[in-house]
Order: sequence, then structure tokens, then C-alpha cells
Amino acid sequence: MLKDITLGQFFPGNTPVHKLDPRTKILLVLLYIIMLFQANGWAAYAVVAVFTITSMCVSKIKPKNIFKGMKPMIFIIVLTGILNIFYTQGTPVLPGWIITWEGIDRAAKMILRITLLVTGTFLLTYTTSPMALTDGLEILLNPLKKIKVPVHEMTIMMSMALRFIPTLIEETDKIMSAQKARGADFETGNIIRRAKAMLPILVPLFVSAFRRADELAVAMESRCYHGGEGRTRMKKLVMSGKDWIALTIGVLFLIAVIVLKKFGL
Amino acid sequence: MPLGALREEFDLNSVISFKNVHFTYPDDEAETLKGIDLEIEKGSFVAVLGHNGSGKSTLAKHMNAILTPTEGKVYVKGIDSSDEDRLLDIRRSVGMVFQNPDNQIVANVVEDDVAFAPENLGVPAEEIRSRVDNALKQVGMYEYRLHAPHLLSGGQKQRVAIAGVIAMEPEIIVLDEPTAMLDPQGRREVIESITKLCREQGMTVVLITHHMDECINADRLIVMSNGVVIADGKPGNVFSQVELMQSEGLDVPETTRLMYELNKEGMSLPLEVLDVDSCADAIKKALK
Repeated sequence: MLKDITLGQFFPGNTPVHKLDPRTKILLVLLYIIMLFQANGWAAYAVVAVFTITSMCVSKIKPKNIFKGMKPMIFIIVLTGILNIFYTQGTPVLPGWIITWEGIDRAAKMILRITLLVTGTFLLTYTTSPMALTDGLEILLNPLKKIKVPVHEMTIMMSMALRFIPTLIEETDKIMSAQKARGADFETGNIIRRAKAMLPILVPLFVSAFRRADELAVAMESRCYHGGEGRTRMKKLVMSGKDWIALTIGVLFLIAVIVLKKFGL
Repeated sequence: MPLGALREEFDLNSVISFKNVHFTYPDDEAETLKGIDLEIEKGSFVAVLGHNGSGKSTLAKHMNAILTPTEGKVYVKGIDSSDEDRLLDIRRSVGMVFQNPDNQIVANVVEDDVAFAPENLGVPAEEIRSRVDNALKQVGMYEYRLHAPHLLSGGQKQRVAIAGVIAMEPEIIVLDEPTAMLDPQGRREVIESITKLCREQGMTVVLITHHMDECINADRLIVMSNGVVIADGKPGNVFSQVELMQSEGLDVPETTRLMYELNKEGMSLPLEVLDVDSCADAIKKALK
């Protein structure tokens, strides 16, 4: 169950998408999100879908991995679908039914929107190493330093969090096995019982996470970490021609979606 | 203090010096270090042996100013460790490797992790690249430079951590029980890397451990117990004090133990012999 967590996972590769500057990819995802929320008609959705599927093919990310990452979202997707089906006013499918044609239409669009949204953001994290991602984010957010936003601190926290996800997952697995060996029961009972059963996992996990954080801080200090000031980078980020091309394509798609919206498609 | 007097106080060859160091942890009544006087010589391989709670880790943490003495002074290359303005100078000269490799690796890719220290020091990008490649080659992890650290074995992770310290180009490297969480294979890998660093690169190495066998190749062995140094000298000489070691519950090498038992039966064999061949030679000579 824990092995299914794909948050922050990165699939190294050598495709054009992998080679894009992380800043380009972050900006593209932003454009993509705007695109999705501008899309209203089916034609616009088709445009966004083409964009997504093309990026997916170019980056050679297997759909299987996207579905795997989507698993925890299924509940939300289904719930949104159901709510939209039942709570949209309009012409009933059959006389006297609560389900309307408009409801079905909206539910389908909502499901598509969430699915595309998740797929797009997964493409970002799957093709960008967490280190590059946080580096890119730090540079993009740099202007905020002027108004005293601790950008460097925020991004280093993010990269440490991403770094420790696999370590903590492994640890949770170990603690679960240890508690099971001592007779803990995580599988039966109602939801409250099962939530209560998680307590003997969470307590040792938190204790160990704090100990790790403490040791990590000492280790970082020992390696001369003293904040973002005067830091250099081994891998300097450079925007090249293909980054600008990718951004232009992104903007063109956004324009297409907005134009389609104007025509009500 | 006039400069001349200051210079006199330091042996030219000494890179770390402890002057009557006492240390008590906050909220702790008992002293952890009770008056340590030590000089670590440049280019030497020093092992510090002791049981849990003997104060050996606390000693290690004084060497790069993670802890500063409550009484007495620690000088690293002549810099007082309690001088906060020089903290960075001390830390870049003394690299630290800790027990748990998972908790000292900061990046998701091996080479990014090794680059962390030089990045912090503001080294230019091209030089970081060459330092990282060099460091990884030195510990034999170059082929793994693009791997994810959490998928490596314990010994490999620890070698990455050592590379991360080498890339900082320190003069001294302090290892605080680097093998405590490793299997025998991993332990061998790590100890080999450390020994090579000292012998081939001339780096000063301080190895904190509770494994007797890791100390045999050191130039100098310091035994700690209860916050004081109870023995200090060449490993052979220290191990030959068999009664003292046993009273501390520490092991001595098999060869020394054999010689010691034979001596109890009325032979007179040298106890300093640490490898099997010279041990056999000594016994042969005594039997003639």
C-alpha cells in the first residue's frame, strides 16, 4: 500500500521534456492550469487533452505510472462526479428523474478536468528531479525576497521533505511490521477502530522523524550550510532555445483555448 | 595573549588540540568530558575507542565546533572553536561523517548530495563538478553518481557521505561511528576508503568507533572511558594492556589475547604483535 505513493517520485530519462529547464516546466504547468480552468466547451477540452497526451508521449512516461499516482485521487474524482450529476439543474434525462443532461455533461467535464490537472502536474514531477524542481522554484520566486519572503528557506524545506519521503515510507513499513508482529491489527474493524490502530505507528514515526531532523540539521551545519547567502550551484540552470519554443507552444495552446471559449465551444 | 606565546602553545604538527576540556550537556548533572588534553597530529590516522556513554561522540562533536567546551579550549588549526565568527573556517577544515547515512544525505541524487558542501562554500560551478567527480572516484562510487541514495546499500550510502565531506576539501575528517549501522561487507568498504584517504591523500583521519578491529591499522589509538582518556598510544601498545582493556569490557585482538594467555602459562611473548603472521613468528621463536 505504501509503495503506491508516487508523490515526489522522479523517473530519470533523456527525452526533450526531461531536458527542459525546470523553470520552463513550472511555467508550463501554470499555463496549463490556467488553460484547464478557461476551458468550457468540449472543443477546448480536446485542445487541452491533445496538449497533455502529446507531452506524455514525448516524455515517454507510461500511462500506468500516471494511473498509479491517480489512485489516491479516485475517491475525490468519483465524489465530484456524483455531486455534479445530482445537483445540476436542467432538463431531466427521463421525466421525473433528478439526473439531468446538463448534470451528466458537467460531471464528465469535471472528471476530465481533475484527471487532466493531476496528469499535467504528475508530468512535471515525474520528469524533473526534485533538486532541479526546487532550484527552479527558488529562482522563479526570487523577486519575492525583496518583500522579505524566505524563499530560500522555503525551497530548501521542500527539497528536504521530498528527499525524506522514501526514507519515511520505508520507516513506516518497518514500524507497521514491528507492530503487527506484536499483534496489532490494522485491517479489521470500523473506520474509527482502524484510525485508532494507526496511533502506535504515528507516535514512533514522529519521534523518529524529529530525531532525523535533528541529526540532519547537525550534518548540514557540518557541511558548512549557512543559509542561501553566497551559495553557488553545480548545475547552473540555463534557458535555451528549446525552452523558449516550449513556452511559446504553451502560450499558443492557451490562446487557442481562450479563443474557443469566446466562441462558446 | 601575544602572538609569540600563542604560537608556542601549538605544536606545529598539531591540527586539533584539546586543552583541559570539560563538557556538561545542558540539563545534565554529570560531566560528559572530564578534562581532556589531546593533540591530533597532521596526517595521522587516530582511532578513538570506547563504550557507549564513554564520551567519544561528544569528543568528536568538539572537533568541528558542533559543541563547544563548558570549560577549557579546543583549537582547530589554531582557531579557538568558541569563536563564532570563525565557525565556517573550522567547519570547512574539519569534515564530519555521522553514524546514520540516511540522516546526512540531503539530495535525491548522489552527485547532487556530494555537491552540497562546495555549493554552500560558494565554489564556482566548474570546480564543484571536478571536486564531486574526484570525491566519488576516491570512494569508488563514481558509477553511482546518478543513482538515488535511498536505493543504495548502507556501506554505499556511507561512502557517499564520505565523498560529500571530501568534496569540501577538509584537512581533517572525523568519522563518528561510521560503521555502527552497517553489515560486515559495508564496514569493510568504509574502513578501506578511510584508510586509503589517510595513506594516499595524507588526510588527517579521526575514527570514533567501538569496534576493536577497526583500530588495528591506526597510527594511534585513544581509549576513552567515563569522559577521560585511559590509554593513548600505538594500537599494539594499547592492546597489550590486556587487563586494563578487559576491565573496561573492551575486546583485544585475537593475537594479543593468545599471547596474553600463553604468557600467563609462563611464556614471555611480546603483546604488541597484531597480525597473524608476526604472531606465529614470535611463537616459533619463543619455542626454539
